[in-house]
This record gives sequence, C-alpha cells and structure tokens, in this order.
Amino acid sequence: MSGEHLLEVEDLRVSFATEDGVVRAVDGVSFYLDAGEALAVVGESGSGKSAMSMTLMGLTRDTNATFNGQVYFEGTELIGASESTLRHIRGAKIAMIFQDPMSALNPVYRVGEQIAEQIRAHERISRRRAGERAIELMTRVGIPQAAERARAYPHEFSGGMRQRVMIAMAFSCSPRVLIADEPTTALDVTVQAQILGEMRELCEESGVALILVTHDFGIVASVAERALVMYAGQIVEQATVEELFEDPQHPYTWGLLGSVPRLDRPRSERLPTIGGSTPSLLNPVRSCRFAPRCPHAFGRCEEVPPLAFEVPGQHEHRDRCWLSVDDKRALRVVDGSIGLAAASGQSF
Amino acid sequence: MTRFVVRRFLQALIVLVFASVFTFLIFQVIPNGNPALRLAGRTATPMQIAAITRAWGFNKPVYVQYFDTMEKIFTGTVVSYSQQVNVLSQIRQGLPATASLAIGASILWLLWGIAFGLLSARRPRGIVDRVLAAFSLTAISMPVFVVGSVLLYVLAFRTSLFPNGGYVPFSQSASQWFLHMVLPWFTLSLPAAGFYSRVFRSNLLETVHQEYVRTARAKGLSRRRVVLGHVVRNSLIPVLSLWGLDFAGVIGGGAILTETVFNLHGIGQYAASSIQLLDVPPIMVIVMYAAVAVVIIGAVVDVLYALLDPRILLNA
Repeated sequence: MSGEHLLEVEDLRVSFATEDGVVRAVDGVSFYLDAGEALAVVGESGSGKSAMSMTLMGLTRDTNATFNGQVYFEGTELIGASESTLRHIRGAKIAMIFQDPMSALNPVYRVGEQIAEQIRAHERISRRRAGERAIELMTRVGIPQAAERARAYPHEFSGGMRQRVMIAMAFSCSPRVLIADEPTTALDVTVQAQILGEMRELCEESGVALILVTHDFGIVASVAERALVMYAGQIVEQATVEELFEDPQHPYTWGLLGSVPRLDRPRSERLPTIGGSTPSLLNPVRSCRFAPRCPHAFGRCEEVPPLAFEVPGQHEHRDRCWLSVDDKRALRVVDGSIGLAAASGQSF
Repeated sequence: MTRFVVRRFLQALIVLVFASVFTFLIFQVIPNGNPALRLAGRTATPMQIAAITRAWGFNKPVYVQYFDTMEKIFTGTVVSYSQQVNVLSQIRQGLPATASLAIGASILWLLWGIAFGLLSARRPRGIVDRVLAAFSLTAISMPVFVVGSVLLYVLAFRTSLFPNGGYVPFSQSASQWFLHMVLPWFTLSLPAAGFYSRVFRSNLLETVHQEYVRTARAKGLSRRRVVLGHVVRNSLIPVLSLWGLDFAGVIGGGAILTETVFNLHGIGQYAASSIQLLDVPPIMVIVMYAAVAVVIIGAVVDVLYALLDPRILLNA
C-alpha cells in the first residue's frame, strides 16, 4: 500500500455462503482511484460490479457474506472497520447513488427532509439550516422551484427529478468519492444524458472522484477517464478509456464493444451478441473465466491468466488473456470493426 | 375531504339499512320466532297471546313492523321483549365496560405485538424468534374462554389476587376499575398480540430489504436512526390500520367471549344474552351500533393512513 491514491482496493474478495455452495461474487479485485478522476466499472449483470461497490461502503450485510482483502480510503482500512468508523465515511466522505431512484427514496418522507437528514447525520446544524441547505442543493442540481418541491414526496417527482434528488443528497456533505451504481439505467434515454452531464459537471466542480458502475459503453466513453471491465467477479481488462476503445485487449471487451448498437451498420443485420451466458459464480470454472464462451480459447486457457499482460507503450493497460498482443490485434477484427467472432463450437 | 366525509356518511347509511333489514328478516323466519309467545309466558292462554300480538303489533305486515321498530330505535323509545326495558339505556350502561376493555386491550396488544415483532425480527430464525413464534402460535390458537377461565380460577378464585369478574366504573374507583380490567385485558390481548407480532415481524423483514433502507445506511445515519426512522416507521403503517379495525370490532361488542367470561356486562355480553332470548330489538340496535362504529372508525383509520403514507389519497 503506497497510500498515494485516494482509494486503493487490494485483492478484494466477497463470497456468500448459500445452500448450494459458496458464491464468489467478487474474486480478487485490485484497483485504485485518484482524487477528482472518473473511473468506470463495466460489466454484465452478475459480473460482481454492484457487490464490489456495495462492499466499498460496507453496505453488503448478508450474514452469510465473507470479505477478504483490503480497501484503503485516505489511509483508513474499510474492510472490517467498525460500524461507527464506516458511518462517518458513508454519506460524508463516500456517497452513493443507486439505480432505481423510486425505490431508493423513502416514500413517506418529504424529499427535503431526506436530504436534510443526511446533512444532520454528519454536521452539527439546526434542522432549519439543514432544510435550507437541502433547498440550495436541489436548486444546484437543476430542480425548479426547489423551495416548494422540497416539501413534496418522492412519488410526486418524475424519474429524472428523483435521481436529481439522489444526486443532491449525495453531494450534500461534499464527499471525496461518489459511487454511482447504474445511475441512469432506470431513466428515459433523453434524461440519461442530462443527468450524466450534470453529475460529471458537479464532480469536476467540486473535485469529487467518481466510480461509475455501468453496462453501457456509450456512458463509459462520455463520462470516464479510466475503465475496469469486470467478468465473473474478476477484472479482465483495465485501461484508459481511449486505450480501451482504440486497442481493446480482452476478447470479452471485444464482445461488449461489438454488441453496442451502431448507426453506421446496415439495419437489417442482427445485433451481435456474445454466445453463451454469464457463468455461475457458484464454484466458478478453474480456467480463465471467459474461456467457455471464448471462440479464441486454446490449451493454455485452462490456467487463469494474471491481470498483468501490459501492452507495450500503454502504461495503464492490463488484461487477463494468454493471447499475444499481435494475435489479439488480428483476431478482434470482425467484418472490419472490433468484435468477437462467432463461437466456432470448439472446446478447448 | 368534504367528498370523503359525504361518501363515508352515505356508506354508513347503506350499511345501516342492509344490516337492520337483514337482522329483522332473520328473526321473522327462524323457528320459535314469535315474540308474543315468549312475552306471554309459559302458562298463557290463547286469548292473552292474541292480546299481546295486537298490542305489540305482531299481526301487522312485516314491513310495517320493521318501520315501527326503526322509528322506535331512532326516537330512543325501543324496549326489549324480554325485560321490557329501554334498549338504548341498556347500551349506554354497557358502553363504559366495553370501551374500557377495547381501549386497554387494544393498546396492550399493539405494544406487545410491536415489542415481540421487533425482538423476533432482530435475528430471524434465531432462538428468540423461534421461541416467540411458538408463543405466538399458542397464543393465537388458545380460545378466550379457556384462557379466561383458567386465569379466573387460578388468579381470582384460588389466590384472590384479582376480583372474580364483574366491572367497577372508573368514576367509582379507579383502582378497582383497573383491578377488574387486568385479566380481561390480558385475555383479549393474548391472541391478538400473537397475531400482531407475526404480522409486524414479517413487515419489518420485508422493509429491511427495501432499497430506501440501504439508502438510509449509505447516508451514514446511525443504526438507531435507520431502524427507528426508516424500518420501524414504514413497517408500522399497515399494522396501525389493522389495529383500528380490530379496535372497532371490540368496541362494537365483538368481544362477546371475554365480556361473558369476566361478566363485564358490556355490549358484547348484552348481545349474547339477547340472542339467547331471541330478543329482536336489542339485537337490531347492537348490530346497527356495531356497523356505525366500524364505519366511523374505518374512516378515522383511513384518514390516519393517508397522513402516515402520503401515497394514499382519500378521494381515490
């Protein structure tokens, strides 16, 4: 642990004991986050990205869960930290925005009260002053007539406005890190871009580092500087966003990039998909996690590749694949653009 | 709000008409229903019976008898067949005992249910939860007449810790009133507390997994604040509306067994003895009184519900 980063995650493992066996939701994840930067965590549902972000906040509270590894935030170890330590970090230092803003707000409290409640949890401040701060925050995130709307209940807001309330809440105590878990997935496409833009702007203005959990590569490109691609609880590729789009190294990333709908392709063509489905995290395969779905798998893939293969000249770029950089650059081109070739049916 | 009140008032009227007509008709068709026979006594001559029939109007068409009875009820002059005393004054006499029972017992079972529900939900399937689940099931399935009789036998008859039934008005002696009510309160609360603790437990366990509870934790609220302000607060709403209706049932004379076992002379006991005597006027009055009580308290519960949960609209 060098301690030079704002947040450092080292070999984080989260597993759940179930009746059928142990589910390894997060399986040895390491990364860092610097102050003020925007990091995207990309993956399909079930890739462990949400379990990971919940664990950073100490919010995974299944009694059957076990945690291993380290999470350092400003020099404080968060894994295994006391509830009172975590409480002073949650909301105040690390804030979180969830996917569905309807169910994330308590239906029986006025939204102003819900924002003020968070301020009052971390600052010695009068109820009245906290209420005024809540209105200021709501104005800042673009809610019109905030003073009046603060007295309304969550069900009286549209989805986009509710997510703005969540953003106002997240920024209420000037956090260092904002974790946004699929913040726009439940919203209309037109609102998505607005909300993302506003969120990014607020982060930049106040120097807040952003961890954006998403499955949408379009969002990654417009918001983040660096990205982690997760698959079956592991990071399979990490790079700056430019490197990831220009020179993706892992076959899974190719598949994700190839399955983004594009306007420059003929419409009649079927949208490419990745064959197979996400593996069960229950007793995962001992091989490379992606090998069963990978058309390029070969003998060596029976052994899990380390997240170490650096691409020459790309300092940040790492991935978990045994193929050589030259092979990858050749194999990833499908019909003239990046994609994953259709599975050939071979088993390695 | 005006619309709500008007609607509930009309609803109460409809309920009253149906309840009274239905009750009246039942006593026209059941065997041995002729009240003149009972009024005349065991050794009556046919002449006496005919005279009574004429005097009370039992020979008039059924609908005329119904309207006559309803008129007497609403002018407060209706008398019972069996003792020929004013029914409304009987009800007024019974109301304090019934109200004491309803208020005390409902508060007791609510607090008891909340406490046991909270204890159970702390560790679902833990030892406390299992013990309380067993207790609840036993409590729910114990008949009131068994629990009440055993308590009376052990705590009143054998040990004289409590009086052996009966009711003492609060105005006469507050301490005696309390002593006389303890066993009835406990007896009536026991099954309800068992039921409420299970309902509240499952509400709590459902609420704990709501996303807004996760948000509350992510905000950095203290554990106490998360549990009381978000989990308990939201879980209580359905319990309180259930509570209002159960309370209405008892105040309307529904606690017949408890009132009878402890000889409280409340409305429920009055209803039970009137039914035994096939005494139509008090039965009709009690049915209508109970219906009004349920409608009024139901309306109050709905208003409270709308205050507690802003998503509920009264006019919807």
